[in-house]
Amino acid sequence: MRMKLNYRIVIFALAIVFGVFFSVPSLMQTENGKKVTLGLDLQGGLHMLLGVKTEEAVKSRVKSIAASIKHFSERKDILIDSLKFTDEAISFTLLDTDDTKAMNAFLSEIEGAKIVIDAENISLTLTDEEIVRTQKQAISQAIETIRNRLDQFGLAEPVVARQGEEKILVQLAGIKTQEEEQRARELISRAAKLELMAVDEDRAARVDTMSAEDAAAYGDVILNDVANPDRKYLVREIPILDGSMLTDAHVGFDQNNRPLINFSLNSEGAEIFGDFTGKSVGKRLAVVLDGKVYSAPNINERIGGGSGQISGDYTVLEAKDLAIALRSGSILAPIYLMEKRSVGPSLGADSIKASMIALIGGFILVIIFMVVYYRLAGIIANIALIANLLIILAIMSLFGATLTLPGMAGIVLTVGMAVDANVIISERIRELIYQGVSIHKAIEDGYSNAMRAILDANITTLIAAVVLYAYGTGAIKGFAITISIGILASMLTAILGTHGIYEMLEKKIQKSKNNRLWFGIKG
Amino acid sequence: MEFFKYTKTFNFMGKSKFAMFLSVVLVLASYALLMTKGLNYGVDFAGGTIVQVKYDTTAPIDEMRDRLKGNELFNNASITEFGSPDEVVIRMKSTTGNVTVDIGDVTREALKGSGNFEIRRVDIVGPKVGSELKEKGITSLILAILGILIYVAFRFEWRFAVASIVALVHDVSLALGAITLVGLDVNLDVLAALLTILGYSLNDTIIVFDRIREGVTKGRNSELSDIIDESITRTLARTTLTSLTTFFVVFTLFIFGGEIIHAFAFTLLVGVVVGTYSSIFVASPILLAFGFDVKNYHVKLAAKAKREAEKDRMRAQFESGVM
Repeated sequence: MRMKLNYRIVIFALAIVFGVFFSVPSLMQTENGKKVTLGLDLQGGLHMLLGVKTEEAVKSRVKSIAASIKHFSERKDILIDSLKFTDEAISFTLLDTDDTKAMNAFLSEIEGAKIVIDAENISLTLTDEEIVRTQKQAISQAIETIRNRLDQFGLAEPVVARQGEEKILVQLAGIKTQEEEQRARELISRAAKLELMAVDEDRAARVDTMSAEDAAAYGDVILNDVANPDRKYLVREIPILDGSMLTDAHVGFDQNNRPLINFSLNSEGAEIFGDFTGKSVGKRLAVVLDGKVYSAPNINERIGGGSGQISGDYTVLEAKDLAIALRSGSILAPIYLMEKRSVGPSLGADSIKASMIALIGGFILVIIFMVVYYRLAGIIANIALIANLLIILAIMSLFGATLTLPGMAGIVLTVGMAVDANVIISERIRELIYQGVSIHKAIEDGYSNAMRAILDANITTLIAAVVLYAYGTGAIKGFAITISIGILASMLTAILGTHGIYEMLEKKIQKSKNNRLWFGIKG
Repeated sequence: MEFFKYTKTFNFMGKSKFAMFLSVVLVLASYALLMTKGLNYGVDFAGGTIVQVKYDTTAPIDEMRDRLKGNELFNNASITEFGSPDEVVIRMKSTTGNVTVDIGDVTREALKGSGNFEIRRVDIVGPKVGSELKEKGITSLILAILGILIYVAFRFEWRFAVASIVALVHDVSLALGAITLVGLDVNLDVLAALLTILGYSLNDTIIVFDRIREGVTKGRNSELSDIIDESITRTLARTTLTSLTTFFVVFTLFIFGGEIIHAFAFTLLVGVVVGTYSSIFVASPILLAFGFDVKNYHVKLAAKAKREAEKDRMRAQFESGVM
């Protein structure tokens, strides 16, 4: 018996080859080749959605402008008084109005600031655009910084991405232990804001009796010691310089072999640092990290070269993470947790096991059922079904799509839909055979009659899947993806593929005259 | 093997009055439940915290309650078994926005000494994210229905579209009623299941409607109720078979899928049953009730065919240059 090749069977065969070829790496877990990525719910890991307190970024922008005004006036010997700043504005007075021109020239270089000069009173306000820009930049900067830090953390493929306008998505797959998770969270959330601040030696003795308001009246703040919270320091509110001028930070050891962090400043920072230490011999310099004083050594001489140390009571690992955080830059605005989902690896493994049992169990039931009901037609449908599964897996591997638990459920549903297409077709063919038409006509008309209904049904499901993808988050997106891929693949396998097989076997079916064997019906 | 012979047509529409009555009662009961008992929103939509703990042996729930009582983070926390006696979830309405203070760590510390356990899952959904997810969820449900409505109206006729949407609303209402009755936590997975029900039920309805469309355009019979009965009978084998296979698959998911996929599978299970019923006993009778006029449709179709023919003729004339 000669079997005719047709274009449908050729395409179907190619699709199967494609399916097998690209699904093997995932199925066999081979070393090479693209594999399906398991979602965090299946392999375990940490998913976080972080928010950024952008108003804090605006505040710190104002603070750093204030610091630069102070530094400028000191360098140029311009005398200024009552330098104050609020959340969005700075004000001060010039003691000598002859300096107005020089000061104005300096201030007009500051971007996004509106300057009002009223005789000796000068005020500077951030424009609305500048505030928005600063807020946007704070988010981008936070994303960039978190990404830098996690890249150095040592986990494979951390995901750090913007979600919506102002949220940051962080996904860490393969976090295995609680300690690892803790470290990652600390690394992410640490502001790592380094400030070098001058101790207010004139009033330092009274710090224990001073309130925060008293300190603010002098332009000072009270900060606690990192190791001993009872110990307080009174420092000038406007820092001498901050971590933005840092170029490097790495772990070193002191003479007692305790870990510390060596940092270096860029040339601008080194100059400011040199100027300040030259003028302040005999006074103390506070090394402040995230609002805590790590040390406050005496300045013995002018320190050039622009390098310094942060000593503290930490382990080597903590020092290493801190150095990473400092190197990656500080996070301008504090971040907070909006959503967190962490799944332990054992739960992920349980989920895989349970869904595999369900998938395979359901699959076997369907396959047996089809053969019992439709005989050889059922086997043809089952071939299409297996091809369908392979193609879904292949496409997902090829595009590096993520398989989540709802995604698994999506595959289970697709199996149902693919079978449905073949059921509709087979019923139509049976009906036509009952009407007494030839096998050739029964097959051709059966397919064309069934096609409309199948297409309409598939397209409406696709509409629902697309909406799910557009509006869904995380795991639900995975569900939408597998359903969409599954429906498209089923058009190739359940409609085109099986049609090709029937076309090829048509003569054989006609000759055998055994409708019971081929379609499970009498006659 | 065959479930149904095509020799006789079942009188479905004759029984549709009873079916409609049943549907109305069930839908009303569902809304009554939704209004009185209310949906039990899980952390995804309501916001809150979930900590899942698995012990080596049976979880000492009473001891856990005692140990967590002291900590204000666990105020109003509920502790319930999760799938097996070894495993429990602690649910709280509150959330912490602090990245470094982890509720998982706090729980581990508090439960230390209560046995050998492992913290397997921590979900924290802040109130803002929760309400956002809810908003998006409702939008997606409405958009999906709208998209489907437009497509069906385009492919069939507006009465078909409305009838299928009524069936969809019927199905989703009953599913929500069942979820409320059982007291399932409504999370993202339940939303996904509801959207799947939409697709599935519509699938069923469209297969029947396709037959009706075929009967209307090709058949000589102009009595709509006869066409509908005939169409449903003809598709009955397919409906039964597909519903059964889908039911098998979802049922295995429900039995073996584990606790985490339980709500999803339950919702689907209800959806498969209700969706099959509604395509026969809700969508079709409504089409009938809308007074879809077969003769009128024939006239319209004829007019359309005439227009098309006229267009073709004009085009042919234009192309051959005779104008």
